[in-house]
Amino acid sequence: MAPIAFGSDYPVHGYVTEHAFSPYTDNGGTTVAIAGEDFCVVAADTRQSEGYSINSRYSPKAFKLTDKAVLATSGFFADGATLVKRLGQRIEWYAHRHEKVMPTSAIAQMLSITLYGKRFFPYYVFNILGGVDEEGKGAVYSFDPVGSFEREACRAGGSAASLIQPFLDNQINFRNIAGATPRPLPLEEVLKLVKDAFTSAAERDIYTGDMVEIWIIRKDGVERTQYPLKLD
Amino acid sequence: MFRNQYDSDITTWSPQGRLFQIEYATEAVKQGSAAVGLRSKTHAVLLALKRSSGELASYQKKLVKIDAHLGVAIAGLTSDARVLTTFMRTESMRSRLVFDRPIPVHRVVAAVGDKAQINTQRYGGRPYGVGLLVVGADDAGPHLYECNPNGTFYDYVAMSIGARSQSARTYLEKTYQGFADASLDDLIRHGLHALRDTLQQEKELTVLNTSIGIVGVGKPFEIVEGEELKRYLSLLDSTSNPAAPPAGSADAAMEDAPPAEGEPQVAVDTAAEERQAGDRMEE
Repeated sequence: MAPIAFGSDYPVHGYVTEHAFSPYTDNGGTTVAIAGEDFCVVAADTRQSEGYSINSRYSPKAFKLTDKAVLATSGFFADGATLVKRLGQRIEWYAHRHEKVMPTSAIAQMLSITLYGKRFFPYYVFNILGGVDEEGKGAVYSFDPVGSFEREACRAGGSAASLIQPFLDNQINFRNIAGATPRPLPLEEVLKLVKDAFTSAAERDIYTGDMVEIWIIRKDGVERTQYPLKLD
Repeated sequence: MFRNQYDSDITTWSPQGRLFQIEYATEAVKQGSAAVGLRSKTHAVLLALKRSSGELASYQKKLVKIDAHLGVAIAGLTSDARVLTTFMRTESMRSRLVFDRPIPVHRVVAAVGDKAQINTQRYGGRPYGVGLLVVGADDAGPHLYECNPNGTFYDYVAMSIGARSQSARTYLEKTYQGFADASLDDLIRHGLHALRDTLQQEKELTVLNTSIGIVGVGKPFEIVEGEELKRYLSLLDSTSNPAAPPAGSADAAMEDAPPAEGEPQVAVDTAAEERQAGDRMEE
């Protein structure tokens, strides 16, 4: 049925209404974070898209906040980038006032209230915060755009989340395996899983590809590596 | 002799063209404990003497980090210093957010000067009672600036503010020609020597009462305190002041040069500097 109203503010009964301007856009891309015994891996692909076009093959979505925490953002890139800048400032104030680096759990709480502060014009960002907690153990916190959050063992976010999360549930948490024997995974195995998750996602999701940046966070610091993905 | 008629608020000039509230604010800076700053071609350092109100109390913090490339030493009202340093931190962060670059030192110092000037021209308020020595490193190299309650700021090769700081300035004036090419250790040694010259008799520089701030091109601002100071204090032959006159003498009065028109000295008790009272001053 052809639309009969352009740019109207109210829904016209029975027909699709076109909006004239939306403040948001979806820049695609996928993020993953996995918490280990004494490490955390955060990965994000670097492709930035809009519709069927590619804006950039290298536009990183994961940002180092402190020596103990990395934030992966997916959704609307402009909101993600600005959110990281504002968070960075608040983390700096924390360091000035408390004379210590902000702990990961505190960053998670602060991110939650920052997001809810814009409850009625949200940051269109799906955040995953990965790092080590104050005991040096791996920590992953995942958020919705308005600040609802939870600490987990692992989480996938972004356009290929629905492809990767079940894989992680099965391989990391040993779910849905008859006679499963869960065991903590060493870093080498987790990295293999992350790379496999991204190469598989890049095959089926058009918004995921080009390259994946992998951050490894341990209590002594943060390391970053890059791994190429298919360009199609 | 007409000082008291023209000194009750900042918006009143004296017939000689002076604003006494500003001069009184400057006195507050002189009551604070000494801070010394000096720079070379590669580094800028701050050295400060921390005061404690008694054996049970901690030593008042004198050095504040503003940004990775900026630090300040304060002398005077610590609460006013908190306001100004918080402001400097905000300006530094704003520069990074808006321009994606660390704030140039002269820019942040000018911002402080502009803010301080407002309080010299607004009825109902008072000037900030704190002096700042600002060190920083930017594209133009290392810098040292002094900020005053009246809103002025000056670029220095070496400077000292606070109680008995004239003794430090005298030492710096004698030795500053060697600063430009000095190594970091030599620069710090000169600074400690200048700071030591502000000590009263039987006092000495210790790891508890001394604080050093260092910044350089490519070297982020860091504050050195506590045990780590031992290495720097050992650069001096002695941590006490061999030339210190006995405490409570008239030497303190020399710090306040008599006003040019020959009016009587400021009505502040400059002889009793080591006050025990925990008032707003950083004692």
